[in-house]
Amino acid sequence: MGTPGIGSGAKTLMKTAKQIGAISCPTCHLLVEKGRYDPSYPMCPRCHAVISSRKKDSLRRTFALLIAAAIFYVPANFYPILTLISFGEEKSETILSGIFTLFSTGQWVVAVVVFVASVFVPIFKIIALFYLVVSVQMNVKWRAVERTKLYRFIETIGRWSMIDVFMISILAAIVKLKALATVEPEIGALAFAVVVILTMLAAMTFDPRLIWDRLDQKKNG
Amino acid sequence: MKKIRNETQKALIACPECDLLHTTPVLDSGDIGRCCRCDAILFRHQLNGLNRPLAFAATGLIFFFLANLFPILIFEMNGNMQVNRLIDGAVEFLDSSYWMLGILVLISSALAPLLVLLFLIGILLPLKLGVAPLWPETQIRMLEHVRPWAMAEIFVLGIMVAFVKLGDFAEVNIGLSMIAFMCMVATTVMAYISLDQDILWERLALVRGQKR
Repeated sequence: MGTPGIGSGAKTLMKTAKQIGAISCPTCHLLVEKGRYDPSYPMCPRCHAVISSRKKDSLRRTFALLIAAAIFYVPANFYPILTLISFGEEKSETILSGIFTLFSTGQWVVAVVVFVASVFVPIFKIIALFYLVVSVQMNVKWRAVERTKLYRFIETIGRWSMIDVFMISILAAIVKLKALATVEPEIGALAFAVVVILTMLAAMTFDPRLIWDRLDQKKNG
Repeated sequence: MKKIRNETQKALIACPECDLLHTTPVLDSGDIGRCCRCDAILFRHQLNGLNRPLAFAATGLIFFFLANLFPILIFEMNGNMQVNRLIDGAVEFLDSSYWMLGILVLISSALAPLLVLLFLIGILLPLKLGVAPLWPETQIRMLEHVRPWAMAEIFVLGIMVAFVKLGDFAEVNIGLSMIAFMCMVATTVMAYISLDQDILWERLALVRGQKR
């Protein structure tokens, strides 16, 4: 559990907000104690955000968004994300072939960045969130700290997958010299953007406090 | 001021990631309070926790306008030149059949980063002048909602990847706006990490108390 208070500045009461009937505001982090909110419509008295003890339908929503993201992941990688038309010659690129092109032209640093952002991050995010949802659903008590840190990691890395979408938008806008070269976005780019948004939403709807609820219940019951 | 300080000292805070309750001691400025069992950041105490973010956000806003004035990338091929401004990528998508991507790129690369700066200034500048901001609760909530969708720093990387890819078959140069945009990213990050939310709410209560 760690040593309370040491090296953190904050001391713990060894109890959760839920156990004392309080709700922590997700927006301004005010602890709204019992009696300071209307149970039928809980609202933060400080920032007026709608509050709830746990995110609503967290596991079901995250799971649904994950399934949708996994489905869109297939066309995102299968279909081309852009087509380069240069001197009448058409060349379509998928996410993976784009990375290979970067590698073969010697740009391996950029290739690694794009590989991590576009291939590794989405797959890792979907698998890790799936694992978190299943572990909470199955009342796993194991390694709660590591699972919370895994969630924190997923939340911070998710946005970086947008690199490819931005790259396509810039290429399409700048390479439009009609006779010489043009870049057209393709359907794969749309599917990929959908994957990124769905996994971001999936991470937002997951409530990491559920990981700890299972432990806290076991301790008391 | 002192009275409000004492109240916060006694106040409890729950960890946003594991719900464990903590007391909130008065820390030295720059110190970060972390959760005892999951290590999540609970609060930061910052010296000048309202002035610094205001200065950074105002600087960021200036850089945002500069980033819109000049080209981001300059592309040359066989004597033909093409320049790319900040919103051109989004506009190009909007004109094509992928307008949904256009909206996404417009929001994440320009609109959301701008809104973040405007909300920060909209809250902090009136407080600095000693008046209550307009709808402060709404502005603070909107700020939290817009924040995950502001991806200016990722847009910078996207530009760099595009830059490298273009370098293979044409001559590309970085425009002035690219530098302004990177400065905007840096100042926005600085505005965030120098902001002390607790002092923000204290000051808001104080300003409102004086008014009434």
